[in-house]
Amino acid sequence: MSEIALPKIDSSILNRKGEIVKKLSNLTNIENILSEADELRPYETDALSVYTQTPLAVVLPENTEEVSKILKYCHSENIKVVPRGAGTGLSGGALPLQDAILLGLGKFNKILEIDYENKCVVTQPGVTNLGITHAVQHKGFYYAPDPSSQLACSIGGNVAENSGGVHSLKYGTTTNNILGVQMVMMDGTICRFGGKSFDQEGYDLMGLICGSEGLLGVVTEVTVKILKKPEVVRAALIGFPSIKEGGDAASEIISSGIVPAGMEIMDKALIEATDNFSKAGYPRDAELLLIVELDGTESEVNELIKKVEAICKKNNCSSLKLSNSEKERLSFWAGRKAAFPACGAMAPDYYCMDGSIPRGKLAEALLEIKKLSEKYELPVANCFHAGDGNLHPLIMFDGNDKEQLRKTEEFGSEILKTCVRLGGVITGEHGVGIEKRELMCEMFNDNDIQQQLSIKKSLDEKNLLNPGKVYPILRKCAEEGRVHVHKNKDKFPDLPRF
Amino acid sequence: MSTKIKINSQIFQDSDNIYYPKDEKEVSDLIRELYKKDSPTEIIGNNSKSFIGNKTQSANTTSLSKISGIIDYRPEELYIKVKACTPINEIEKVLSENSQELAFEPIDFGYIKDGKSNKGTIAGYLSSNYAGSRRFKVGSVRDHVLGFKGVNGKGDIIKSGGTVVKNVTGYDLSKLIVGSFGTLVALTEITLKVLPKKDSSKTIIVYPNNFEQIYDLFNKLSSSSSEISGAVFIPEQSNDKDFSGKRNTVFKFNDLKSNISFVAFRVEGDKISIEEKISNLKKELELSNPDISTLDVYQSEPFWKKINNLEVFEKTKHNLIRMVIPPANGSKLCKYLENKHNYFIDWCGSLFWIEVNSKKEEKIKDLKKMANDFGGYLTVIKTSSVYDYGEPIFTVDKVRLMISEKVKQSFDPKRILNPGKMYRGV
Repeated sequence: MSEIALPKIDSSILNRKGEIVKKLSNLTNIENILSEADELRPYETDALSVYTQTPLAVVLPENTEEVSKILKYCHSENIKVVPRGAGTGLSGGALPLQDAILLGLGKFNKILEIDYENKCVVTQPGVTNLGITHAVQHKGFYYAPDPSSQLACSIGGNVAENSGGVHSLKYGTTTNNILGVQMVMMDGTICRFGGKSFDQEGYDLMGLICGSEGLLGVVTEVTVKILKKPEVVRAALIGFPSIKEGGDAASEIISSGIVPAGMEIMDKALIEATDNFSKAGYPRDAELLLIVELDGTESEVNELIKKVEAICKKNNCSSLKLSNSEKERLSFWAGRKAAFPACGAMAPDYYCMDGSIPRGKLAEALLEIKKLSEKYELPVANCFHAGDGNLHPLIMFDGNDKEQLRKTEEFGSEILKTCVRLGGVITGEHGVGIEKRELMCEMFNDNDIQQQLSIKKSLDEKNLLNPGKVYPILRKCAEEGRVHVHKNKDKFPDLPRF
Repeated sequence: MSTKIKINSQIFQDSDNIYYPKDEKEVSDLIRELYKKDSPTEIIGNNSKSFIGNKTQSANTTSLSKISGIIDYRPEELYIKVKACTPINEIEKVLSENSQELAFEPIDFGYIKDGKSNKGTIAGYLSSNYAGSRRFKVGSVRDHVLGFKGVNGKGDIIKSGGTVVKNVTGYDLSKLIVGSFGTLVALTEITLKVLPKKDSSKTIIVYPNNFEQIYDLFNKLSSSSSEISGAVFIPEQSNDKDFSGKRNTVFKFNDLKSNISFVAFRVEGDKISIEEKISNLKKELELSNPDISTLDVYQSEPFWKKINNLEVFEKTKHNLIRMVIPPANGSKLCKYLENKHNYFIDWCGSLFWIEVNSKKEEKIKDLKKMANDFGGYLTVIKTSSVYDYGEPIFTVDKVRLMISEKVKQSFDPKRILNPGKMYRGV
């Protein structure tokens, strides 16, 4: 396990475990409470598995009223709560705490209503992202955001992390595709933001909750927008002899007025890894591979394909293949979708980073990552959602080697600092969680962070909901000289610090 | 209500004692001082939308209109970073030179205010979050804001977001600021997502026989793969001659029978794909040529401008209501409104603009109840001169009001910024 500072453990809570479990069993079915060591083990980590913690107990409520009662009880007894969806998060947002209840939403797994007339689906948060599309696809509809974990990740987790996917430039992320949420606040108050109608009047509290990583409330119902599937979808697979030429082509596609449904870039290391792994037929001589997907009506797509072709040729592409059938289009994506397992096959472990950069800075970012790879003596492969600027370097290492693990974390941190330096951000879609907490100071100054903490305090005064996530540990930031603490006076002395 | 105070800062004041800070630092200095002296201020830009919302409970007025200008425009990155009170016209001009646009289609409220175009500033659009006809397809103003900088009620300069579309770094404060009517921060800098402008457009006009047919059309249009980017219904209101006359004048186009009720929908793209989409839609909607009219690009563009200028309600002296509901309840609302209030429908059946005669203020309460029952909300955008504010002009439930108060407190603990503009106590 890698070391990470977590909120100070309240030993009085640990001592009261028996009493707490007993009380919780009055609030939900006793079978929904797990408190034995072997029952807790599966919940010790999320998809950032280098960090593990055993929760005090796991509670799996069945309805909103139970969530409300549980939170109200924990609030009155000062018991911390960590919410968890499907546990697929990559930044440790659902990492348990020893003195906290882990509130699993796994039993909220039903779609409540499919409303074609209002083009929306009302669902419980534990339903998977892909589950929503599966429920409406027979009528030609789908739910647009498609994070790569869509088979397993839950829509509630998507709301917490504002998940995106490869189609974000054209179709937006979760926040742009939901209409309403029902949420329970830490004190047990049940609230509803939005519904089936567009926008909200007043403060956009739904917008605030989306991407708040489970720090402000527990989402118990989500209303998502569904879209009609486009008539035609085609993809182009284009190889380039250099990173610069491929990057320039991607930029030119956007500046020429085309908004591709998806646009992905893979570097040479990843082309080779994925082609070895999935036999996708990628051009192995290329330094950079660009996949451009276009959708719309038939003539619209054909017209756009022509434009993309011309731009790529102008930028000296070394190969260009267009999909002529749905099967062929899917085969273009097969390698890209196997990027993670392909890296997994090349090294005992890989660490998937997630930053965003301005599209035009790709060549600069990749060059910097290459230098860092040499410095840390760790191989790296890069994929890039070129449509929306989201960069995912995959660092390969051996987790059993503590020194390599340390170097990997440092390497990752330097990559994210590079993203910020180039005008980007430290997380595009995986969230901050515990993984990037300390890097928040790279992006935000004291005022910015205090404003965010002040919102947290206004909605969860005792800081009981998912504490220790997203926001930096003050001491660490102060050591780095980034948070200004005047004469040891914190702006929010009541907020627990550790 | 606090009384006007003298401040120490050397910030320019005009003869009406309005403060005009010229940059972010001056805004911060001013608000910090007002915070210390517990003296609230109204925040204004170019005053194009200041008539929307309650009158603020403050003695000072701060205009951000001098904080204007484009900071950084990157067409290839699809963003523009501007100072908060940059006029929309200036932004649209520079985007247009690069064949780009603000896809949310800013509404020009100048026409309903005093009959003249006045789009105002980008900060005003963020504060109100009122998007035009393309909203149901591309999202609202809030969906196009990538980041901001501003000053909170304590005088602290804060920022959130960035220039990239994918960003989960901390709470998404941009969303919270949009639609907050200047009650959380005084904006100083805004980064917007921009999109390519479509080459051309055409508008198809259908003349339906009854409300069921209107909503059947809306439903089919929003279910089609041949995407449309605007769909409105303009009713014939035979009992109100003034309105009918106005409507016939506003929508006087060669190829439009403006004296009867009609549904208009817009198709955008390159010329070939427009024709293909129209042909697909005609099949899906079972429309035959004799029953419809087509507005070519020269008529289509001004048509949608008139819609987004709310020109049928130009200089209205009555209460103007903006109601948003799930479209499935739209035909019920149409039946209620028929020959009772003047109205039209936008956003493919979701958005109703309703004019309520000044003598019928109590009717607003009925409409608000309907909006709530239908799962939507309403806002009184413009009030008549006799409106007594007995019925709040915004819709909010108790829980959301309680949370809004907490959020307000976290940004502006002494209620210095636009107090009472949205809700009493916020």
